[in-house]
Amino acid sequence: MKRAIANAASVLALAIAAPAAAQNMTVTNVTVATGDGSDPVENGAVVIQNGKVVYAGSAAGMPASAAGTAVDGGGRWVTPGIFATVTTLGLWDVGAVSESNDTRAGDSPFSAALDVAPAINPSSQHILVHRAAGITRAATMMPPSSSIFGGQGAIIDLGADANAVVRPRAFQVVDLGEGGARRAGGSRVSAHALFRNALREATRLGDDARIPGRSSSRQDVDFGDDVPLDPRLSGNASEREGDVLLTRFDAAALVPVVRGEQKLYVGVERASDIRSVIALKRDFPRLDMVLVGASEGWLVASDIAAAGIPVIADGLDDLPQNFEELASTQSNIGRMVKAGVTVAINASAMENPRNLNQYAGNLVALTRIPGADGLSWGQAFAAITSVPARISGMGGRAGVLAPGAMGDLVIWDGDPLEVGSVPVKVYIDGLEQPLDSHQSRLKERYRDLDESDLPKAYDW
Amino acid sequence: MKKFALLACAASMAMGGCTTNGGGDVASASDWTAPTGQDGNAPFPSTYERYPGRPTALVGATVYDGRGNRIDNGTVLFRDGEVVAVGDASLSTAGYDTIDGAGKFVTPGVIDIHSHLGDYPTPSVDAHSDGNEATSPMTPEVWAEHSVWPQDPGFTRALANGGVTSLQILPGSANLTGGRSVTLKNVAARTVQGMKFPGAPYGMKMACGENPKRVYGGKGRMPSTRMGNFAVNRQMWLDAQAYDGKKRDLGKETLKGVLDGEILVHNHCYRADEMALVMDMAKEMGYKVTAFHHAVEAYKIGDLLRENDVCSAIWADWYGFKMEAYDGVLENAAFLRQAGACVVIHSDDANGIQRLNQEAAKAQAAGQRLGIDIPDAEVVGWFTYNAAKAMGIGEMTGSLEPGKMADVVLWNGDPLSVYSRPEKVWVDGALMFDAMDRKRRPVSDFELGQPGEGDVK
Repeated sequence: MKRAIANAASVLALAIAAPAAAQNMTVTNVTVATGDGSDPVENGAVVIQNGKVVYAGSAAGMPASAAGTAVDGGGRWVTPGIFATVTTLGLWDVGAVSESNDTRAGDSPFSAALDVAPAINPSSQHILVHRAAGITRAATMMPPSSSIFGGQGAIIDLGADANAVVRPRAFQVVDLGEGGARRAGGSRVSAHALFRNALREATRLGDDARIPGRSSSRQDVDFGDDVPLDPRLSGNASEREGDVLLTRFDAAALVPVVRGEQKLYVGVERASDIRSVIALKRDFPRLDMVLVGASEGWLVASDIAAAGIPVIADGLDDLPQNFEELASTQSNIGRMVKAGVTVAINASAMENPRNLNQYAGNLVALTRIPGADGLSWGQAFAAITSVPARISGMGGRAGVLAPGAMGDLVIWDGDPLEVGSVPVKVYIDGLEQPLDSHQSRLKERYRDLDESDLPKAYDW
Repeated sequence: MKKFALLACAASMAMGGCTTNGGGDVASASDWTAPTGQDGNAPFPSTYERYPGRPTALVGATVYDGRGNRIDNGTVLFRDGEVVAVGDASLSTAGYDTIDGAGKFVTPGVIDIHSHLGDYPTPSVDAHSDGNEATSPMTPEVWAEHSVWPQDPGFTRALANGGVTSLQILPGSANLTGGRSVTLKNVAARTVQGMKFPGAPYGMKMACGENPKRVYGGKGRMPSTRMGNFAVNRQMWLDAQAYDGKKRDLGKETLKGVLDGEILVHNHCYRADEMALVMDMAKEMGYKVTAFHHAVEAYKIGDLLRENDVCSAIWADWYGFKMEAYDGVLENAAFLRQAGACVVIHSDDANGIQRLNQEAAKAQAAGQRLGIDIPDAEVVGWFTYNAAKAMGIGEMTGSLEPGKMADVVLWNGDPLSVYSRPEKVWVDGALMFDAMDRKRRPVSDFELGQPGEGDVK
């Protein structure tokens, strides 16, 4: 692949046609990567109508009826927006400023009942910065802090509007690795006991309180526009037996987990821990699990594949960071994919989610190293677009340029997996997005250090 | 699930050291001599010796020499541990083993000026947490080398994936004055002495800002404020100036070494205003800051940094994890370079050290988008020669020039591309990593008999 070289002049040239909000548009003169795992298509075109994709592929195959604003891509790349899975976007301003940081609740009386949706701030600088980096949707969550359970994560979009939450309570989070063991009282043994007890209590409460479940007839629209009901506020009053461990709120939150109506993201790294998690399916067959981390996944890849459990894997971890990751290798994802596992790249296993494309590019580089296993360009790009979208229940709707998908579109100044490539334009649901932020304003102010007339403070 | 944990504490405690190093004429400094041991030697002397290597000619590759020069279809000759010649295809390769580098790239060995490998090794268990002597805000008496575990698997990843041939191990940034650093050759050894870079000067780690005042303020001790940070530091320097050397004092010996210019100050500092204060403190006390590390706001004072001849050792894109990192921008390196100030790309991270080349490329691209065109050959210097120079080893390594150490990386493609990896890495002319030879990679004691022993990693 050729190294991306951004040229300021041609970036400006591209800015010609598109108005601020283009619900209908046709982008031509671009290389199209659809995100579905296929190779990029040169001389491509993308057509958006009413905020949705109606066509993506070679310009030759473009429907004649394509209309709307014409955007000349100037030979650049067009892709679906990146889908960042496992982030804390919208939940913090400054990591070490605890009062600005809602990613931890170690002193909370609740665990599984926690729900990030009401805390998400669409104006967070991190949302602005990551929108400008081409991330259009994300799974955002609290890592477990008060218990083995982290509570319920949400799917958000990064659009410049007040409605970030696309899907509240999209998944529950549990840690069944070293961290969970510490929070369970000091041992994996306790973590598994806590977990099983929690599911047992949830099962009982769901039945006794007659908490309604998802209608079986709506299974197929899982993660569409159906907002899941909040089991914490549902159900008829019922007495609970005295020897319960979970609060009612926590137990109610786990009802859809045990029924398989809400995904369960399971943090786990060690091969044997992964096996134990897979084995949970024997006792709780309806659990809809996703493994997160899985640094030793390659050692048990065929088991994971056979269980049909998708993985959100750390992309480049290759150190024995702790004893549960002794076998970690950058080839982990390549080996799991080769074994038939569905794998997305974990956005939390890097400095910031905006490094997702760099991490994906590194997996492509591995294909040239003897003994290593990497991904093709198309596979690697899918691992940060369509695959995480699918794992998040938005398959065919996000992370992909295909008819019917949301109009999340990014025009890049170069190969999107190359270091240094950045978006020139970002669209969410067909709407062109602003790309400025605190960082871009600082960049403009300090473009020079000239204070001959006035202090820098007047330069804005 | 360390990732869950990582998510939560975006506030990594970037270790650092800050303080200053002015260019001063301290009256008492000139007659200072670092004490030797009872055996007459400098303490803990290096026992590193280069491993055998073949006279090697790399031909046909694109060569970046680390000093801003690029040679297409170049030839690099090295033998007996040293670079013999660097030139075009007309150089004779008679007497050398020839390696065809067509389509590939050659650079000097990558150098990381800011690493904690060995003193915060993996597995990162409490028993291995040896990077911050966080029991006093001033610990100039500690030496990072006494914490380095040479079996840290991180060294091997830095070599194989990052092409790192030399690195500076610094104490952390809990303390205003964290102690001495040590510069290592990235060659596996049974002892830290076996890794010590022969002839490298010591560094001293200092730290500004949030970390020291948080660590000690949290203990109800001074400093608990930024003004407290400066007061404690200034008094430390005054006490050091008064030291007469009659009775040995480990901390004072280090500080005297700084005042005398023999020990280089590496100062963890994020905010622009604070760096400016530190440079003035250095002038007041008569020392020089060699480099500000992290320096997230360095772009705001590129002019001052140029005038004071202080390097900025920075990340490409870290920001936001703590208050003093809130103003991080992708253009930091490019703006510094535009101002004529010195840029070094650093890692401070066992993962980031494997991709310093990629970080530099990101920083380059950010400048390019603003029309600040920085040639590839110069950008390669950000993680080779500039780092070496700021570590005081620029006369020995960091560039491909005759007579310098043959620390060399053959990349399988453009090193500023995400798609390229080190194919071969030589240290002092000895082949220490070869992606094409499964056995030519180090495996630490810790990884023997463990799952994944000897894997590509």
